[in-house]
Amino acid sequence: MAEPVAAPLDERTGRLAENIIYFARALRAAGIPLGPGSVLDAIAAVLAAGIGTKDDFYWTLHAVFVKRHEQSILFDQAFRIFFRRRGYLEQLMSLTMPQIETPRQDNAAKPASQRVQDALFAGMNEKLQREIEQVEIDMRETVSDQEVLQKKDFAQMSAAEVAAAKAAIQRLVLPLDEVKTRRLAPNRRGRIVDMRRTLRASMKGGGAFIDLKYLGPKSRMPPIVALLDISGSMADYTRLFLHFLHAVTDARKRVHSFLFGTRLTNVTRALTQKDPDEALAACTASVLDWSGGTRIATSLAEFNKRWARRVLTQGAIVLLITDGLERDPDDKLAFEIDRLHRSCRRLIWLNPLLRYEGFEAKAKGIQAILPHVDEFRPIHNLDSLEALCRSLSAGGERFGRAA
Amino acid sequence: MTQTVPASIDATLDLLSRGDYVGDRALATVLFLALKMGRPLFLEGEAGVGKTEIAKVLSQTLGRRLIRLQCYEGLDVAAAVYEWNYAAQMIAIRLAEAEGNVDRDRVEHDVFSEQFLIKRPLLQALEPDPAGPPVLLIDELDRTDEAFEAFLLEVLADFQVTIPEMGTVKAARPPIVIITSNRTREIHDALKRRCLYHWVGYPNAERELKIVRQKVPGINERLSREIVQFVQALRKEDLFKSPGVAETLDWATALSELDVVALDPATVSDTLGALLKYQDDIARIEGSKASELINQVRAELRAAE
Repeated sequence: MAEPVAAPLDERTGRLAENIIYFARALRAAGIPLGPGSVLDAIAAVLAAGIGTKDDFYWTLHAVFVKRHEQSILFDQAFRIFFRRRGYLEQLMSLTMPQIETPRQDNAAKPASQRVQDALFAGMNEKLQREIEQVEIDMRETVSDQEVLQKKDFAQMSAAEVAAAKAAIQRLVLPLDEVKTRRLAPNRRGRIVDMRRTLRASMKGGGAFIDLKYLGPKSRMPPIVALLDISGSMADYTRLFLHFLHAVTDARKRVHSFLFGTRLTNVTRALTQKDPDEALAACTASVLDWSGGTRIATSLAEFNKRWARRVLTQGAIVLLITDGLERDPDDKLAFEIDRLHRSCRRLIWLNPLLRYEGFEAKAKGIQAILPHVDEFRPIHNLDSLEALCRSLSAGGERFGRAA
Repeated sequence: MTQTVPASIDATLDLLSRGDYVGDRALATVLFLALKMGRPLFLEGEAGVGKTEIAKVLSQTLGRRLIRLQCYEGLDVAAAVYEWNYAAQMIAIRLAEAEGNVDRDRVEHDVFSEQFLIKRPLLQALEPDPAGPPVLLIDELDRTDEAFEAFLLEVLADFQVTIPEMGTVKAARPPIVIITSNRTREIHDALKRRCLYHWVGYPNAERELKIVRQKVPGINERLSREIVQFVQALRKEDLFKSPGVAETLDWATALSELDVVALDPATVSDTLGALLKYQDDIARIEGSKASELINQVRAELRAAE
């Protein structure tokens, strides 16, 4: 008696699983990284929740598939498109309810899932295309003509130039810039007795004498946050600096990079790709305001509001790379740079204009920024990059003790 | 006293409301799944939206013990998982010597036994409890450094702790684990993968009104409406830090203590400190902006009637 009942049940679960797998695959294509473990979890979750309504089904899958707040939007769109077909979800839901015998619908589910999957991919591309167009239209209407929507081609860099710069940047060793943390590690010259190791060491001699072991504070590299100006006036330098940021990201764990012209773009994930060319290509792809105007204050305001509290923890150093030539300087710039300065451990301003001897801070933007930075350095060639590396290490120690 | 785990999403919603927690269905769903599948629940959201409260309500309504681990930078195994009682170990070694016990392995085995173990929150949570598996709250995980997350992986995946000197301690029945984060940094994907994720957002006007009426008993009906509408309007403003539910409740309590029956610009400006915690934000809203918002709130409420 039990066997004939069990067989169709398994088949139902199988169909449901198949659909969840398709959906997970679609999410993966949409950019949410999901392993097979998540799919198994999702199936278990749907079976556990015993889906009643579309909302419950939605939130059940959401609970398993979404691991970051930003992914919520992607999930929502994918869910809507995937289960767009009227009645399809209801059909799917009926699969989890063993009491309703609907073999006809079961048969229909398989081709339907294939169709929806196709529709999903087509639909997503379409939507993406529309969104890109939308952004372009918006920007033409709202942002001044100074903002050039062209994408700077990295191929413009001559091959010899690329090779030379890359090699030079790779040779740059960022010295160990470390700050003390509150974590302890074994240290022969430490001052705190490590009771655990002491006891273990003492046991070796049968406990007859106590062999004291010490702990000292552990140090680590603080996070670096780079804010790189990619406006037209900086165009000659941005490629080089991006290579530099990529090299730094590669060498250290916690580096967050942001590009700004008239808007702020987070390129941290793009720069984590191992290959510099791929990483830079990914950066270019994600930036829309390449070589346009500069809105330092607006970009900093966005950074302060949306990102500062998420990336400026644990004694972060901020590298602000800009020429400080703000298009419309006003009090806002001073206010935002002050707030940025107060929320990080150290603010270093790297300015390529410093290469000119007798440079004077005449521009209003520069005057606004200057009082609020801890350090003001030139950055226009490899020498200055090397000098920056040295400064990072020296300053790290000094500030580390103070912190 | 001990309650069993809810059997459906509706039952979970009931459970929350019995604990005076006004939750939405999305939260109830993820909570139900966490309980049913025995998975840790990772709650992320702005400060003051009631993340920690969820764990408290769970422990209270299910009649389970609440074990809280408040995270901070430098939190290590000795403070979070276990530590050996060194003083007692020393004495035990000396006693063994005095007795003329020279079997080193024997002494070492005796000294590193459960008797000399001081259990910290994570290990306590794995112990059997007569009231049922406890609720383990790992609060503000983003405050620790990445190194600590690694300690948690074993606990969260298998509900066990490995003590090198002793072996593995595994929970007979897994605890209910709630992890909260204010997102001052990103938590590693390896840890998130082991949990069910939920973003706790600001409540909508209707839910916030329910929360205010429940948590500030005896509050004037009209005042509570105005407060909620005002806060909702404030969240749409360009502020550095929008007020959370905790701030709404503080403000509602303050105004109700002051015997205010309706919002007026002067009172709002005087009590803004309960809602906004940054001077720039207060300066923005104080004065004319406050009265503008009040008028807007009044108009909205009139339109709704």
